Amino acid sequence: MSDATAPDLSRRSGQNTREFAYRAVFFVCALLSILTTLAIVLTLLGDALTFFAEVSPIAFLTGTTWSPANDPVSFGVLPLITGTLVITFGAAAIALPVGLLTAIYLAEYASDRVRSVLKPAIEVLAGVPTVVYGYFALVYVTPALSVVFPTISTFNALSASIIVGIMIIPMVSSISEDAMSSVPDSLREASYGLGATRFTVSTSVVVPASISGIASSYILALSRAIGETMAVTIAAGNTPRLVDLTDPAGVFLNSIQTMTAAMVQLGASDVTGQSLAYRSLFAVGLTLFVITFLMNLISEWVASRYREEYR
Amino acid sequence: MTQDMTTSDPDESDGTTASTSPDPGGFSEARTQTTQEGTSTAPTVVESRDLAVYYGDEQALQPTTMEIPEKQVTAIIGPSGCGKSTFLRSINRMNDLIDVARVEGELRFRGKNVYDEDVDPVALRRRIGMVFQKPNPFPKSIRENVAYGLNVQGKEVTDEAVETALRRAALWEEVEGKLDSSGLDLSGGQQQRLCIARAIAPDPEVILMDEPASALDPVATSQIEDLIEELARDYTVVIVTHNMQQAARISDKTAVFLTGGELVEFGETNRIFENPEHQRVEDYITGKFG
Repeated sequence: MSDATAPDLSRRSGQNTREFAYRAVFFVCALLSILTTLAIVLTLLGDALTFFAEVSPIAFLTGTTWSPANDPVSFGVLPLITGTLVITFGAAAIALPVGLLTAIYLAEYASDRVRSVLKPAIEVLAGVPTVVYGYFALVYVTPALSVVFPTISTFNALSASIIVGIMIIPMVSSISEDAMSSVPDSLREASYGLGATRFTVSTSVVVPASISGIASSYILALSRAIGETMAVTIAAGNTPRLVDLTDPAGVFLNSIQTMTAAMVQLGASDVTGQSLAYRSLFAVGLTLFVITFLMNLISEWVASRYREEYR
Repeated sequence: MTQDMTTSDPDESDGTTASTSPDPGGFSEARTQTTQEGTSTAPTVVESRDLAVYYGDEQALQPTTMEIPEKQVTAIIGPSGCGKSTFLRSINRMNDLIDVARVEGELRFRGKNVYDEDVDPVALRRRIGMVFQKPNPFPKSIRENVAYGLNVQGKEVTDEAVETALRRAALWEEVEGKLDSSGLDLSGGQQQRLCIARAIAPDPEVILMDEPASALDPVATSQIEDLIEELARDYTVVIVTHNMQQAARISDKTAVFLTGGELVEFGETNRIFENPEHQRVEDYITGKFG
C-alpha cells in the first residue's frame, strides 16, 4: 500500500504530554497514602526505640503495672493489652453474631423494599461520632446495667464493650451482606431447585460461598474495636488493671484502661515532650499497630484458606 | 429474593402429596389420559390450565393450557422472550423467587394445583428436579454436590446412591476416584452432567431442563441429548430449548411458544415438525422468523 493512501494514524500533538500528566497525577495520589503510612510507622518506630533504650522490651511486654507518670513509675503494658482484649471480646460477642445474622436477613430474607430502607438505616450507625456513643454508654447504658448489677462502677468495661459492639455491627453486616449479595443467584436457584428451604440455602450455600468476605468483616470489625478510643475512654474510664480471669464479673463491672485510652491520657496530660512517660506513648502505639497489623495478616490468611470459591 | 416464598416446615407430608391431597376444584376427575392429539395414552403428570404469568405489569405468559405426559420428553421451543422459560419455572414455582412475579390460573402436578394456598413450594421442588442453562455446581466436592439434594431432603446419603446418580448421568466413569475434588474442576459438559446427577439423586418424578446444552460445545451437547433420552425411561422430562433440531431429535412432544408468551401449537414432535397446523409455527420452524 502506498503512503498516499495510508490512513493517518499519527498521534495528535500534545497527546503524549497529556497522557504523561494524567498518569503522574494518579500516581502521586496513590503515593500520598503510602508515604503517610510510612511516615507514621517511622515516627512510631523512632520514638519507641528511644523508649526501649531505657526500658527493656521484655519488661515492657511482661510488666503487670502501668504507672507512667506517678512514682514509682512502671511501664508494664499488660494491663493495657488485657484491658483492650476485654473490650474487644465483649464487643465481638455482640457484633459478630448479630452482624452476621443481620447480613443474612438483608441478603436472603428481606424484600427489596425492606432492604432499601434497612441497609442505609443500619449504616447510619457507623456514621454516629464515637464520642456520642461514649456518652450514651455513660449516661444511659451504665445506669440501665446498674439495675441488673448493683455493684457496677460508673466507669466499667461492660457498658464500653456493649457500646463498641453496637458500633461495629454495621461494619460486620455491611461487608458480609456485600459478600453474600455477590454470590451468584445460579447457586441459590440450584439449591432451591433441590427443595432447600430458605434457611438451608442461606447456611449451606450462601454463607460458605461468602465466608472470606465474612471473615474479612470480622477482622476489620475487631481491628476497629481494638483501635476504638473515644467511646472506651469515656465509658470504661482510666484504671489500668491487669485482668483477673478468675473473676470475670469483676473484670466487666469495674473500670479498666485500654491501650488507646492510656495514649489519650498521656497525650493530654502535662508530661513533657522529652520525658520517658511521653515516649512510652509511642511504645504503646507501636504495640497497637503491630496487633492490628497481625490481625490483618490473619484475615488474609483465613480468607484464602477457607474460601469456597465460585466461578 | 422474595418475601412470599413459603418458609413453612419442610415436612413432605404437608399437603403436597398429590394422591392424598384434597382437590377442591374437583378437576382431577376430568383429567384426560390423552393429549390434544388423542394419540398418546401416557398419563398426564403436569397440566396447566389457563396459566398466565406476569412480571409486574408485563404479561410474560398468555393463558396456557397444556398436558405433559409421564415418562416422555416434552420440548418447549420458541424465540427469545416467548415465555418458554417462564412456563418451565412456573411448574416448580421457581418464579416465586422473583419479587414481582404473579401467577394466574392453575398448574396441576398429579392433579393438585401447586398454586393452592396449602402447597409448600419446598415440598413441590423435592418432587420436581431442575437443571439450569448454565452449569451451576456448588463450589463443593463432586460427592457433596450429588449428595446435596439427599441431605437437604433428609434422605440417607450412601456411596451407592452417589454412584447410582453419577452412573445415570453418564458421568461415573469420568469422575470415579476423584469424588472429593471440586465440582468446579470439571469441564462444562461434565459440570452439566454433574448437575443432572445432583437433580436425579433424590429421585424426583419430573426433571425440568432450561436450555441445558446451550452453554456447551457440540460433543458435550450430544452427550447431554443421549442422556435425556435415557432419562425419559424413568422420569418425565420437560426441556426448554431454542435449538429446534435438538427438540426434533430428542422429544416426544413439542410445544411451540411464539412472541408475546403465547402457546401456539402443542403436539407430537414429528407432526409439529412435518405438518404444523399454524402458518406462524411453520414459519418459525422453517426459519422464516425467530
